Amino acid sequence: MNKILKKEKLNESVSRILIEAPHIARAARAGQFVVVVPQENSERIPLTIADFDRTKGTITIIFQIVGATTAVLNSLKEGDEIAHLLGPLGVPSHVESLGTVVIIGGGVGIAEIYPAVKAFREKGNKVITIIGARSEDLLIYREELERQSNLFKITTDDGSCGRKGFVSDELKDLIAAGEKIDLVIAVGPVPMMKVCCDVTRINNIKTLVSLNPLMLDATGMCGICRVTVGGKVKFGCVDGPEFDGHQVDFAELTGRLKAYKDVEKKAYDHVCRLLGGSNL
Amino acid sequence: MAEKKKRLHMSERTVEDRIRDFEEVPLGYTPEQAMEEARRCIQCKNPLCVKGCPVEVKIPEFIQLVAQGDFDAAVKKIKETNALPAICGRVCPQEEQCELKCVLGVKGEPVAIGTLERFVADWERENVKIRPQTTEHGAQITGKAKVAVVGSGPAGLTCAGDLARLGYQITIFESLHVTGGVLNYGIPEFRLPKAIVNLEVEYVKTLGVEITTDMLIGNVYTIGELLKEYQAVFIGSGAGLPKFMGIPGENLGGVYSANEYLFRVNMMKAWKFPEYLTPVKIGKKVAVVGGGNVAMDSARVSLRLGAEEVYILYRRTKEEMPARIEEIKRAVEEGIVFKILTLPVQYHANSEGWVNEAECLQMELGEPDTSGRRRPVEIPNSNFRLSLDTVIVAIGNSPNPLIPTRTPELKTEKWGGVIVTPEGMTSLPKVYAGGDIVRGAATVISAMGDGKVAAKAIHNQLSKS
Repeated sequence: MNKILKKEKLNESVSRILIEAPHIARAARAGQFVVVVPQENSERIPLTIADFDRTKGTITIIFQIVGATTAVLNSLKEGDEIAHLLGPLGVPSHVESLGTVVIIGGGVGIAEIYPAVKAFREKGNKVITIIGARSEDLLIYREELERQSNLFKITTDDGSCGRKGFVSDELKDLIAAGEKIDLVIAVGPVPMMKVCCDVTRINNIKTLVSLNPLMLDATGMCGICRVTVGGKVKFGCVDGPEFDGHQVDFAELTGRLKAYKDVEKKAYDHVCRLLGGSNL
Repeated sequence: MAEKKKRLHMSERTVEDRIRDFEEVPLGYTPEQAMEEARRCIQCKNPLCVKGCPVEVKIPEFIQLVAQGDFDAAVKKIKETNALPAICGRVCPQEEQCELKCVLGVKGEPVAIGTLERFVADWERENVKIRPQTTEHGAQITGKAKVAVVGSGPAGLTCAGDLARLGYQITIFESLHVTGGVLNYGIPEFRLPKAIVNLEVEYVKTLGVEITTDMLIGNVYTIGELLKEYQAVFIGSGAGLPKFMGIPGENLGGVYSANEYLFRVNMMKAWKFPEYLTPVKIGKKVAVVGGGNVAMDSARVSLRLGAEEVYILYRRTKEEMPARIEEIKRAVEEGIVFKILTLPVQYHANSEGWVNEAECLQMELGEPDTSGRRRPVEIPNSNFRLSLDTVIVAIGNSPNPLIPTRTPELKTEKWGGVIVTPEGMTSLPKVYAGGDIVRGAATVISAMGDGKVAAKAIHNQLSKS
């Protein structure tokens, strides 16, 4: 169960793993996620299903080493089994034929947009993909995304690849150039999603964001993932992860994401000692 | 007839000894104490206690066996109707059920039925290896009828155990990575040790029940898909959805639902952080909102995690609290401060966005409401502020909406409960439900009772066809 069939390092801190998970692959749809418990004493962490293959019974997940549990996950090798894997979770993306869809990915969110890019393209949409990162070495999934997109743009903060600037600059230019956009999907760090929403709000373009609140059971039981959307409290795990970006209270989300930052460091140091720093 | 003796109470660990660890508080009976207490039972011809038990444990019979010192026979007698005695002996509200009906209670104190049940279950655990079980009617049914059970909490385990004993092939699907449902994630170690829960689950497995964890029915397989593979389905997916008050500041840092808090501590073992990697943050001053067992559990967990002051904020008085009397008593002994007639109306934050004050209203009791309890009424302009750094909201849970949402044909009440007949049958043919998914947040034993009733109905249906 949950055997890691393939593991690749995409950059210094991001890895991709292919996992044998026939039940999940069978039911998975774009926009959903899984909960991963790499070892019995690990946290339950939510990770987007970056790809799935129903016939082979596999799913792909991409993760960045940001804390103790992702470090443990990264210490597993091909052939190892993940202790627990639950999914697919969350409401699938509503994929339809709309016309022109701009899909934006930032940081590790670049990999997370891949199923949406594929799905919207298959529905006959014109898909414009914009990806951005701090620098070229952090860009992932370039060829895969470029292959699936009608138009493909890259931005980097330092200008080492593509345009120097942010994904939102590229979005602004598209709008200014008169591109008629029917939907924007933004996935990435909270500040990036917020800025994209600010741009589309003044231009009246519907925008979906895929949120990454803290989660525990991820089945609607604990409520740590609560986010305020349009003045109402929603649970990211069962009502999301996708929400109308113009309605999301990003300031509250930012605050809630910080809740365990200080103690997480302690767990990370603990894990690093146990793993001897070899895999980090 | 035995002379009239006083009820023997279990000895308990002292407060100083117990409030810094997660070990159990009551110590149970010695064999001698158990036999002495069992001899108080007058063996009624028409035992009312059994009528008070949702799973109809053969109470006078097992107690007589205890009195005779035949503990092995006593535990077998209980297990004829109750697969989880070590759990029931600890968390059932016997004072409202079997012991409430005991005739000795009319003039004195009832027989300590719960403590005796706990004793024999513990005796078995310490003295007898789990034995392979034989089915009652195995020959006729084995290998033919398959039943799926959704959820491995008390309702699911009981339904599965009863059907397995009748020879059905049972698979339990559990969404979490650990079995036991609320017994594991909800009730803390010091009230129900997880080793005991795990052993009771192992016992159900020896009856032939298979358990698949990490399987979310509704998302991976729908109820309709299960029915293609199984002849009946029992839904026991519990009351997973935490209620909030909807007051300003409830989403600040430091405000937990009791579910989140207890899940971190009980299931993810955050009390052993960082050996277990899930953290929990507990401040110096903790306020728990609510007056049920979950509120008492949250408060007592906080104390054990090192909180200096722990308050219970409750809008009525102690008399109206739904928590068990003995849990309230232990909370008081341990130094939990009860701020009764207190209703939080807003939480305030420090500059970091972390909760630092609860603004509360003082209440008074008015006329009784539909629940029969006196209604709390706000005293105008009585606002006051309580300084704190952690809030745990323990005001109840609603039925888990996941399966009903994914199964539109399944009829539910407006408040979310799955609608069932007295036999546990839902609006969908061959689909049964019980426990908190039907009742909202209730008790372990009522969930077990529902599991039992549904098992009987499923057996009736399948043995007809």
